[in-house]
Amino acid sequence: MLIDYLPVLIYMLIAVGLVGVIVLLSELLGKKRHTPAKDMPYECGMDPIGDARHRYTVRFYVIAMFFVVFDIEAIFLYPWAVIFKSLGWFGFVEMLVFIGILVVGLVYVWGKGALEWE
Amino acid sequence: MTLTIPSFTLSSIGPWLTLTGTAILILLVDALSPKGRKAYFPQLSLLGLGIALLQTFRLWNHTGTDFARMVYVDNFAFFFYAVFILGTALTVLISRHYLEDYGKNLGEYYALLLFATLGMMLLAAGAHLIMIFLGLEVMSIAVYVLAGLFREDAKSNEAALKYLVLGAFSSAFLLFGIAMLYGATGGSLYLDDMAARLAQAGALTQPLTLLALALFIVGFGFKVASVPFHMWTPDVYEGAPTSITAFMAVGVKAAAFAAFARVLFLAFPALKVDWVMILWVLAVATMTLGNVVAIAQTNIKRMLAYSSIAHAGYLLVALVAANQLGAVSLLYYLLAYTLMNLGAFGVVILVGRKKDSYLSIYDYSGLGFQHPALAAAMALFMFALAGIPPTAGFVGKFYIFSAAVQAGYIWLAIIGVMNSLVSVFYYLRITVLMYMKPPEAELGPVAFTPALTTVLLVTAVGVLLIGIFPGFLYNLAVNSVKIFPSL
Amino acid sequence: MMMDYVWLIPLFPLVGFLINGFCGQRLPKTIVGIIGSGVIGLSFLVTVKIFLEFLSLPAGTKAVEKVVFTWITSGTFQAQAAFLIDPLSLVMLGVVTGVSFLIHIYSVGYMHDEPGFYRYFSYLNLFVFAMLLLVSANNFLLMFVGWEGVGLCSYLLIGFWYEKKSASDAAKKAFVVNRIGDFGFLLGIFLIFWTFGTVNLREVFALAAKYPVGSGVITAITLLLFVGAIGKSAQIPLYTWLPDAMEGPTPVSALIHAATMVTAGVYMVARCSALYSLAPLSLTVVAAVGALTAIFAATIGMCQFDIKRVLAYSTVSQLGYMFLACGVGAYISGIFHLMTHAFFKALLFLGSGSVIHGLHGEQDMRKMGHLKKYMPITYWTFLLATLAIAGIFPFAGFFSKDEILFHSLVDGKFIYWLIATTAAFITAFYMFRAVFMTFLGESRVDPQVHPHESPPVMTVPLMILAVLSVVGGLVGFPIIEGAHVFREFLSPAITPVAHAGGHQAVSFEVFMMIFSMAVAAIGIYTAYKFYILKPDLPTAIANRFPVIYDYIYNKYFVDELYDATIVEPIKAGSDFLWHGVDDKVVDGAVNGSAGVITWLSAHLRKLETGFVQNYALAILVGVVLITGYLIGR
Repeated sequence: MLIDYLPVLIYMLIAVGLVGVIVLLSELLGKKRHTPAKDMPYECGMDPIGDARHRYTVRFYVIAMFFVVFDIEAIFLYPWAVIFKSLGWFGFVEMLVFIGILVVGLVYVWGKGALEWE
Repeated sequence: MTLTIPSFTLSSIGPWLTLTGTAILILLVDALSPKGRKAYFPQLSLLGLGIALLQTFRLWNHTGTDFARMVYVDNFAFFFYAVFILGTALTVLISRHYLEDYGKNLGEYYALLLFATLGMMLLAAGAHLIMIFLGLEVMSIAVYVLAGLFREDAKSNEAALKYLVLGAFSSAFLLFGIAMLYGATGGSLYLDDMAARLAQAGALTQPLTLLALALFIVGFGFKVASVPFHMWTPDVYEGAPTSITAFMAVGVKAAAFAAFARVLFLAFPALKVDWVMILWVLAVATMTLGNVVAIAQTNIKRMLAYSSIAHAGYLLVALVAANQLGAVSLLYYLLAYTLMNLGAFGVVILVGRKKDSYLSIYDYSGLGFQHPALAAAMALFMFALAGIPPTAGFVGKFYIFSAAVQAGYIWLAIIGVMNSLVSVFYYLRITVLMYMKPPEAELGPVAFTPALTTVLLVTAVGVLLIGIFPGFLYNLAVNSVKIFPSL
Repeated sequence: MMMDYVWLIPLFPLVGFLINGFCGQRLPKTIVGIIGSGVIGLSFLVTVKIFLEFLSLPAGTKAVEKVVFTWITSGTFQAQAAFLIDPLSLVMLGVVTGVSFLIHIYSVGYMHDEPGFYRYFSYLNLFVFAMLLLVSANNFLLMFVGWEGVGLCSYLLIGFWYEKKSASDAAKKAFVVNRIGDFGFLLGIFLIFWTFGTVNLREVFALAAKYPVGSGVITAITLLLFVGAIGKSAQIPLYTWLPDAMEGPTPVSALIHAATMVTAGVYMVARCSALYSLAPLSLTVVAAVGALTAIFAATIGMCQFDIKRVLAYSTVSQLGYMFLACGVGAYISGIFHLMTHAFFKALLFLGSGSVIHGLHGEQDMRKMGHLKKYMPITYWTFLLATLAIAGIFPFAGFFSKDEILFHSLVDGKFIYWLIATTAAFITAFYMFRAVFMTFLGESRVDPQVHPHESPPVMTVPLMILAVLSVVGGLVGFPIIEGAHVFREFLSPAITPVAHAGGHQAVSFEVFMMIFSMAVAAIGIYTAYKFYILKPDLPTAIANRFPVIYDYIYNKYFVDELYDATIVEPIKAGSDFLWHGVDDKVVDGAVNGSAGVITWLSAHLRKLETGFVQNYALAILVGVVLITGYLIGR
């Protein structure tokens, strides 16, 4: 039975081999000339300022998380709206429950003061 | 286009709804009540848990599935519901005073506990692999946060992060395993006809099935802390708040075992020879490593962490037996373990006092003279964990090892008995310290709150009661495992 | 019928334990003592009543089972909380409750000044509860509960004076060594369950009867069970805990480490006679271990100066006799000796306790002597017990020991008899050495100490036990047909070995008795010579030992020859066994296995590096191994 998967293995070997050969060829045949400009992240574009590992205030993360959560909610509403009619009352109640739970979440973060910047 | 809404009965997931509702209520109360006002979170949680337990009783003896074959409504699930509710209720009781010491008596804590319990119930009742995965994540994410509850404490942070990273790692394996099964069955993840579909698909998908089996063992093995997926356990157990350590050791383990048993017995009966072989090795390694390394520990939480690894090994023996008695012993032992382990952690919290200042095992020296009742309770839990009659620990071990003997795994039973012999050494050491060593320092008063007293009483009486009269529980467990046709 | 209430027997001590354990601290000592002893007295009364009822049962009733409730069920398997009433369990119940009752009363006086008085009595009651469970259980599992329970209480009581390091060490040692034995016992139970599908004693014995003699599985079961007996009854090589157990209070030594708990192994072997009789190999092992222990411990007993240690080694040696009896198929003689031994050894220990009490804690016999004058009751009772253990007619020990010697020759091998007889000689010697050093001769008591006789609450139990030590053997009167009441009573509970135990001529039996009496008498005389006539002799010999002797110029030529060829080698050997083998080899093995695990533990914990990447790697290794196994199988 394992033999049935032989083509997959052969395919994998070819894929890996091909990539390897290409990398090897460019390493062997290509010329390597380093200049400061070439070693920069963006060879043509804006020069980077400062270190990339910069620390942001944690509030950005919190806001980002809220955004994701409520964004998903909004996205979830679209397919629901499309088949709203065939879902009927059941769908309506379901969505009410869903939104209700999210509202509780909103109340919670609001009450905890997570929406205030200071 | 018309959609048929599948029929369902809300009451079959009554306990879930109650727990969700209670948790949400707690969050609301917490968010809306002014700061510094006394909030009744523990009482609210206990109320919710109580109602959920009543609902579970009402559901007892229902059979079959609900919600379009997504949810099992059977005694196996209900037995575990009861175990989870008991474990969570005891955790709530041991938490309050402990958290107040840290100034962390937060609504979130209780809400997360209830959500974690909800996740466990999903795991125990999931009839579809996606449900099981959802349950696993609901439970795990809540526990990740709980482990890191003490944000100011480096160890607690470390515990949460380690658990999160490794937990995500292992969840990925589980999910990959589910994907493999999806392929192997030709696009179905329902547990009830999984075995039939796998048999029908035949030899062509055999490698997929085997890979899925391996990945399931890894995923669940991580949650139950089986060797070699156990490495996180000591660090996380030591760093997490003590009450959460207790919760993890009993609740998470029990839930993972519930789902593990269901998947193995329902989806993989055809591969029994293989998984029995693997689990045999894992059980031996887990028991032995847990017990042997526990001997070298001097931190009581770490010692109990290794002890919990060892107990995962014993429970794996029950799975290896893979007969009716094995399944029964799994259920019985998980309940017994919940009682004795939570009792022991209750004592650890009482002795630890004031922000866990006393966690070395030597802090138990002379406890027997200063606090006889506390020491007696601890001694009882230690004897129970070591499996000395007439405690529940003995009966549980007896069930497990006789199941192994019945299934013909004599050597496994012998190794298990030898391991419990080794375990006596470190459990007994606590007793020896308590009764035969002078106190290292004046222990001072211990804050017996009514909640903690209740926990110690309930667990101590429970450990003795189901050790002396295990018949009732045994019958319940037999009733619960009837759902497995392959046993 | 009282028999329906057999569960009362263990229940009373349990109630006593609960009351004393939970409320004892607040109760006055008198009440604690009355409760502690009273509950045992009640158990004893119930036992007597049941015994009488059992006698009045119609002939042919071998045993009665009383089920209280079903304890563990699993499938077809059942273990009940149930009691088996048959001659064997009745004898054991009687001995345990009777002797315990006396020792409890004695303890009221002995432990009177202890702050942990209530703790002591609650442990002691718990012990009796467990012991009664052990001897009356109708299945192996419940027996195991009692088996573990007595071990636990023994541990608690040895370590009763926990503030003494030696006491808590001894307690730990006892528990650990016992657990090694228990492990064998538990494996034996598993094997029984696996083979017969039940753990009910009578069902197992009935099923076992279908197996041929010498069947492998029965041999394995009996050997495993015997491992448990070796641990509990302190036989070679697991006997080392018993001498150390003398760190506990003396009444505890009397009750647990002489009269009852340590005899559990003998009881178990006799109880399983139906199994052992089918396994000749196991019987040989039992007999060999018993015989070896008997002589080995006796020789060590000769060079001890601590009065309790002498008695401890003597207990080990006497237990060896009991196993020897069982090993040659004379189970009844083993139980008979168990009973008489319970009487006189309890008496000896209580007597030594009385001496220690009178000397304010002195245990070294070199600091005693001439105590007869100060404590006459203790002296006379102790002497009677010593005569009993030495095997002098018509004291209790004579009948039982003589029976064992007789059976070891007739049913066993000559070598067993030779060893047992030699051990009997040594026993008589060292026991009288103890009497002479303690009660007679010149007083070496510290002048600061004023010896005094113990109060009546202690001496009355001594006197009752003394009576039992004198007449207790008469129930097993030999030679005359039908006079051996004990054998008649017990035989329905025992399955004999299937070999032709040819009837021996009465004259031979009488000759054997006279011979064993003579051996004992020589032993007593030797001790008399050494410790009364020439009290400086032992010291002189001890001083001379490393020097090369000059036999020709020696004044005590005969004595010296005797000493140099017999006593000294034995003494040296005994010293070697005590210090060399006992301390190094046996203790070393026990500590060594613990050491290996500790070492392993210390190294394995290093795997726990704390780095998440290592943990993840471990998971990955697991994945590869499991997948590799599944794919490549």
